[in-house]
Amino acid sequence: MIRFENVVKSFSKKVILNHLDLEIPKGKITFIVGKSGEGKSVVLKHILGLMKPDSGRVFVGGEDITELSGENLRKHRQRFGMLFQMAALFDSLNVYDNVVFPLKESGHNDEKENLRKIEEVLSMVGLPDILNKFPSELSIGEKKRVGLARALVHNPDIILYDEPTTGFDPLIAEMIDHLIVKVGRKRPDLTSVVVSHDLKATLESAEHIIMLYQGKVVLSGTSKEFRNTENKIVRQFFSGKQEGPMVFL
Amino acid sequence: MSNTILSLSSKFLKYFEDLGRFQVFVAKILKVMCTRPFRLSLVVQHAYNFGVESVFIILLTAFFTGSVFGLQIGYVFSIFRAESLTGGASALALATELAPLVTGFLITGRVGAAVTAEIATMVVSEQVEAMEAMGVDPIDYLVVPRVWASIFVMPLLCGLFMFMGIVGVYMTSLGIYAIDPGVFVAKIISLVEVSDILSGLRKMFFFSFIISFLCCYEGLSASGGAKGVGMATTQAVVKVLMLILISDLVISFIEVWWLR
Ligand SMILES: Nc1ncnc2c1ncn2[C@@H]1O[C@H](COP(=O)(O)OP(=O)(O)OP(=O)(O)O)[C@@H](O)[C@H]1O
Ligand SMILES: [Mg+2]
Repeated sequence: MIRFENVVKSFSKKVILNHLDLEIPKGKITFIVGKSGEGKSVVLKHILGLMKPDSGRVFVGGEDITELSGENLRKHRQRFGMLFQMAALFDSLNVYDNVVFPLKESGHNDEKENLRKIEEVLSMVGLPDILNKFPSELSIGEKKRVGLARALVHNPDIILYDEPTTGFDPLIAEMIDHLIVKVGRKRPDLTSVVVSHDLKATLESAEHIIMLYQGKVVLSGTSKEFRNTENKIVRQFFSGKQEGPMVFL
Repeated sequence: MSNTILSLSSKFLKYFEDLGRFQVFVAKILKVMCTRPFRLSLVVQHAYNFGVESVFIILLTAFFTGSVFGLQIGYVFSIFRAESLTGGASALALATELAPLVTGFLITGRVGAAVTAEIATMVVSEQVEAMEAMGVDPIDYLVVPRVWASIFVMPLLCGLFMFMGIVGVYMTSLGIYAIDPGVFVAKIISLVEVSDILSGLRKMFFFSFIISFLCCYEGLSASGGAKGVGMATTQAVVKVLMLILISDLVISFIEVWWLR
């Protein structure tokens, strides 16, 4: 479904993605893990076409998206929903206008139908009755859930979550994890890609896990394979120990 | 020594790189302005905000500028016993030079800085990226409606400045130099031509491009948290003020030497 072929990306001489090959299966919940600064957000941005690789190619649904531009790139992006690390709601718009944004921009102008969809996703994330509030009036947990509603409302084929639970108390984190799984189960054709630092949740919720290290994939497989692996780097990372082959910069 | 040269030349290069990027940005705006669907409701909303934000300060400044200007000009003219020309001369200066320049400065501080800060905040908090991720071009959504709003509203505000400035001149002319109201108006009509007013508005029209383009550009180029927002805003204001002064001189030269 999503495939990186020999992707290289560097920022001012620092190589972040180093001939990366990666495959994300369709219709599953895939978690991407790796230590901070490893390039996980950069991977998500390549999938959306927000960044272009220095070399190599990125395929989504068989289409090479590094070649896209203009209207085609716009169409490509509208197939996605993305939940940003800090929610990234538009400050100047209230909750309704924030969530209706992707609908309107993809040409859905039936107000009644839009309102129905918005109320549906907002109640799914557990936040009915906040349509008229502005982001500044919401807690970060609420913002994040509105961000999730905004990512879901136009029924995307693929949802990208950038650290959906980092910085939350365990209750909200668990609630968001449950939402991710719930959303994924509700639509079996939906592909979810989750970047996460929560390794426990990763092992519990993931249908597929990819671990990045030094710009490459160290291991790609199911939770079970990750639990049973002999790979020293993976074991060190999941046990959270300082001693081991993994280099901390 | 060679270090200084190196750092100077790298600054120089960076300047040209920046200039190049700005040109690309301008070209893109102009293209989007002509091609994409017109976001009328956003244009109206921004135009309204720009107007509301700055109308009071424009009226106030215009009145005081006009009053002081009338006072000074009246004093000089009274030496030659030509007080009756105060209104006409002040109005001419107001229309062709003072109104667009001061309005441009005021709007830069009031509206331009706010535009840069708002867009820069959106950049550093990933809102612009989120917009792009939803397939919406920030130039189309954030920049172009503001440019249209500027082009419509700023010349209007400049016209308002001219009018209110003349009211200020009128007050001092009548109050201090006891000029006859009829003479005051007659001199304005005989000295100030429609083309003078248009020339002032035309200047403001250019300035409105400078303000909206540069302020949006600096906002979109911001990076690195709250500090980045502050730096972008200062940068925008300084650059716009410089560019307004320079282009004012150029436009005035062209008008005086070629068009008259
Ligand atoms: N736009 C950019 N310009 C320059 N460098 C960048 C840019 N985006 C990312 N980087 C660099 O690329 C590296 C990887 O960044 P990325 O945000 O992908 O890390 P991450 O794995 O998501 O980390 P975290 O878990 O902390 O979010 C970092 O060293 C970062 O400094
Ligand atoms: Mg990240």
